[in-house]
Amino acid sequence: MSRCAWHVIAPGALTTVQDLGRVGWRHLGVGRAGALDPASAALANRMVGNPPDAAVLEITLTGPTLALSQPARIALCGAGIDARFDDARTGLHTVPGGRPVDLPAGVLRLGAIRSGLRAWLAVAGGLDVPRVLGSRSTDLRGGFGGLHGQALRSGDALPLGQQPALDPLEPQAPAWWVALDTAPPNASPIRYVPAGDLPARIEAARALATRDWRIDPRSDRQGLRCSGAPIVATLPEQISAPVAPGTLQLPPDGQPIVLLADAQTVGGYPRLGHVISVDLPRLAQLRAGDALRFEAVTADAATLLRRKCDAELARALFAVDDRLRHA
Amino acid sequence: MSDSGVGPRLDTQADTRPDIRFERLADDAWLIAFDAPVASIIDPETNARVHALAARIRAAAPGWLRDLVPAYATLAVFFDLDATDAETARDWLHAQSLDDVADAQASASHVIEIPVLYGGAFGEDLDAVAAELDITADTLISRHCAALYTVAMIGFAPGFPYLSGLDPSLALPRLATPRTRVPAGSVAIGGAQTGIYPRESPGGWRLLGRTPLRLFDPQRASPSLLAPGDRVRFVAIDDDTFARLGPDA
Repeated sequence: MSRCAWHVIAPGALTTVQDLGRVGWRHLGVGRAGALDPASAALANRMVGNPPDAAVLEITLTGPTLALSQPARIALCGAGIDARFDDARTGLHTVPGGRPVDLPAGVLRLGAIRSGLRAWLAVAGGLDVPRVLGSRSTDLRGGFGGLHGQALRSGDALPLGQQPALDPLEPQAPAWWVALDTAPPNASPIRYVPAGDLPARIEAARALATRDWRIDPRSDRQGLRCSGAPIVATLPEQISAPVAPGTLQLPPDGQPIVLLADAQTVGGYPRLGHVISVDLPRLAQLRAGDALRFEAVTADAATLLRRKCDAELARALFAVDDRLRHA
Repeated sequence: MSDSGVGPRLDTQADTRPDIRFERLADDAWLIAFDAPVASIIDPETNARVHALAARIRAAAPGWLRDLVPAYATLAVFFDLDATDAETARDWLHAQSLDDVADAQASASHVIEIPVLYGGAFGEDLDAVAAELDITADTLISRHCAALYTVAMIGFAPGFPYLSGLDPSLALPRLATPRTRVPAGSVAIGGAQTGIYPRESPGGWRLLGRTPLRLFDPQRASPSLLAPGDRVRFVAIDDDTFARLGPDA
């Protein structure tokens, strides 16, 4: 057992340290942050023997290149990503996702994400950055948490927790793999619960489901911007009110925004409702230019879908445990 | 699972109290909206009721409570979906809200003094604002220091206080083009409000001065200098005092 750090040779497009997010500080303006797909982060952690809230890397679009001075056990979940391992003795190996992979010392090259936008990398022992306000997640807007409060940069040292005793001669992975059965983001509509009090708001909320939208390139972890035929609505001026991950906002230009995990805590744009929690991880996989549609559902339907999704995660976690036991 | 007939009461419910409404903010959050006398303006009494209810809920500390976000006329309550369900949480919250007026009157807040070096390089807009209001810079400073403000809410950035109670004669529209870089500690006016930028960020408010105090530090036990509902007064200081109180002093 020993402690070590990975050396960041190249950071990738936007790679951040995330856990399940920061809770209990929203009244002071501190958002949740955390992995945009908590289930994928939890599943990757389970594959390497970590608790579900261990810190992982969230990879966006293209992954980092990392030098490992010691062996490590890793797992990749979420979108499929080109992953290779450069071993000084045995050459280049493909690193499969959805299962634990034991790596010797060498260079882990995480390349392009093949479909979707984000993947999560867990390492046995977890990423050992300090907890700030109870979480290891990077708060990009606040500039704290994670690794120095920002995305990975070349030259960073990424500290790891207690490492298991491993000494593989070359990358080793089981033949099995486990994945969450998640519908691709553009295969079916993103479901939302419309806000409903004023007639103008009800109408605007309904309009969301009546047209085709595309993802605007200005989207990030704070909000997903949709572009399409604008929703024209005469909504009363609203004084700033709390918002949440999932909140659907309608700015004056009629182009809706879905807030994600890095959402600010209060906002002044009129709210059209909220995207249900089970569909937020699907939004995390949409790229600029991708098409999407919305579909209105009831809050009760959202609850049922949440239970189904929790059961699906429990099934996947059980499948991982079962395979590890019989390995 | 879809319901194409989206009814007007899909995520709200009729309450026995006509002046508050419960709206679903997220799968794991309720928004309690208070009807202010005029919905679009900032009403201090309504805001006091929000803080009183927030204090009452925080004191009761139900096991499922995850976050509580008071704003001007609304209060968000985030709950743990593994520990309760939305209806149970709403019923409990509704019961708490029945007697908030008494709380609002009883609640006592302490006053926090914020030292400010007004004008010069630290308050780039001071002279222009004074000229626009047709008063002297000294009058502007004394009016800004005379008021007792309330932290109506914290948002925009960690630790950014939205302060109500600005002398109405000092209300000014925001800059047409926001600055790309407002220094940390900047004390500013935006519309009928005043506030303090905790961290360097873009911003469109008019800059009057700067405080040497650190508004937000995630490493502190109390990360934010100010909490929602706190009372605040500004105190004008000189360069020497600023240097003495500064974060590097």
